[in-house]
Amino acid sequence: MSEAAPITEEANLRLAPGVMLRQDRTRGSWVLMAPERVLVLDEIALEVVRACAQGKASVSEGIDALSQSFDAPRSDITSDVLDLLTDLRNRGFLVS
Amino acid sequence: MTVMTGTKPLACGVGGGLEPPLAILAELTHRCPLACPYCSNPLELEAQSRELDTATWKRVLDEAAEMGVLQVHFSGGEPLLRRDIEELITHASGAGLYVNLITSAAALDRARIERLRDAGLHHIQISFQDTEAKEADRIAGFPSGHERKLKAAREVVAAGVALTVNAVIQRSNIDHAEAFIDLALELGAGRIEIANVQYYGWALLNRPALMPTREQLIRMDEKIRARLPSLKGRLVVDYVVPDYYARRPKACMGGWGRRFMNITPSGKVLPCHAAETIPNLAFETVKDRSLAEIWTDGPAFAAYRGTAWMPEPCQGCEFKEVDWGGCRCQALAIAGDASATDPICERSDKHALVAELAERDSTAGQAITYRGYVTRK
Ligand code: SF4
Ligand code: SF4
Repeated sequence: MSEAAPITEEANLRLAPGVMLRQDRTRGSWVLMAPERVLVLDEIALEVVRACAQGKASVSEGIDALSQSFDAPRSDITSDVLDLLTDLRNRGFLVS
Repeated sequence: MTVMTGTKPLACGVGGGLEPPLAILAELTHRCPLACPYCSNPLELEAQSRELDTATWKRVLDEAAEMGVLQVHFSGGEPLLRRDIEELITHASGAGLYVNLITSAAALDRARIERLRDAGLHHIQISFQDTEAKEADRIAGFPSGHERKLKAAREVVAAGVALTVNAVIQRSNIDHAEAFIDLALELGAGRIEIANVQYYGWALLNRPALMPTREQLIRMDEKIRARLPSLKGRLVVDYVVPDYYARRPKACMGGWGRRFMNITPSGKVLPCHAAETIPNLAFETVKDRSLAEIWTDGPAFAAYRGTAWMPEPCQGCEFKEVDWGGCRCQALAIAGDASATDPICERSDKHALVAELAERDSTAGQAITYRGYVTRK
């Protein structure tokens, strides 16, 4: 089997089983918590996860929302968002 | 436990620039129906009468969450033998901790899994001794154990709880390392730990029965590495390369007193689960002081924290804040001195000894000694 295909706009993503989005009050950051792993999210990664990976909207809808809230043209952000989501999926934090 | 390179480093602290630990391992009991010869529990197992009570564990969990610990691993022995396990899970989860259960799954049915899930459990880790039942049961010293584990693992996934397959690799099963990956995929696990035995506690005693040969390791390593790319996005693989044939040590526990606390059944707070093998270290218990106080300046944590304690060649080495000088317990076990450079390191003057030991033990053919309260032969 070859590597899993990159995430596209049509995908529906959610947090993988056992993964939790949580605020780490002590260290003042948001983290994705998974078995034996903690991923510290920066502000942008946090917004991307919230918009595109909570199982509520498709990735495409998520990008629409991000484009509005960051006041950035959709075409400017799409490939960065997809790259980030693909990376998180490859590392087991998200599933489609 | 890994913290991944987000874009922000984890900052802040308990005081004095010291970060709080990320995880605690709560060894609720040393009791266990299995008798694995590589068990990392100490040779002197703690009796049930000495175990901490429910109220004390709850206080400890609160203290952990309060100081910034993110994850608790309930372990043992077999943590499901504690009658209060559901209550402790509820408490930990309520305190905001990510809750992991490390179990042999020898007595884990669907109803129990659902109770654990509803109590707030996030993840279950089940250890497997082999991919073939007969061999697995021989290693665990527990007839029909493998069958039960498989059944439990399927129920875990069906109940919607995240599963890790923990494959404990040693000489008799190392040629099945790839089959373990297939097993994890087949069971629907999200993650596998391919963990070569670490030689402490019972495993050290059994090293001549467990140590793989260099050829076996090379073969396994090639196979696993070839599989990794295809597993991306399907199965998270934590692959712990065996120490004894390595040239550089691992950052044991992410560095002594930097990430992790281990609490024994009777409440002793250790920097790593094998720390009690080191003579002249004084361990405090959760009855003496709060977790945060013990973490901040407890003598056992201070002893090898940071780099000040390091001898040469570590002291002048560019990797000293990468591997933190390796493992203290291994330095003790092999070099006879807990504050020596980990002899796994090729810069240690004792490094040749490691290869010698490994080669000798890997062909020793010694019978295994099962773990137990009374040593069985
Ligand atoms: S390693 Fe085996 S004997 Fe030791 S606690 Fe785990 S299941 Fe029990
Ligand atoms: S000399 Fe010490 S610090 Fe340097 S690589 Fe070896 S163990 Fe690590």
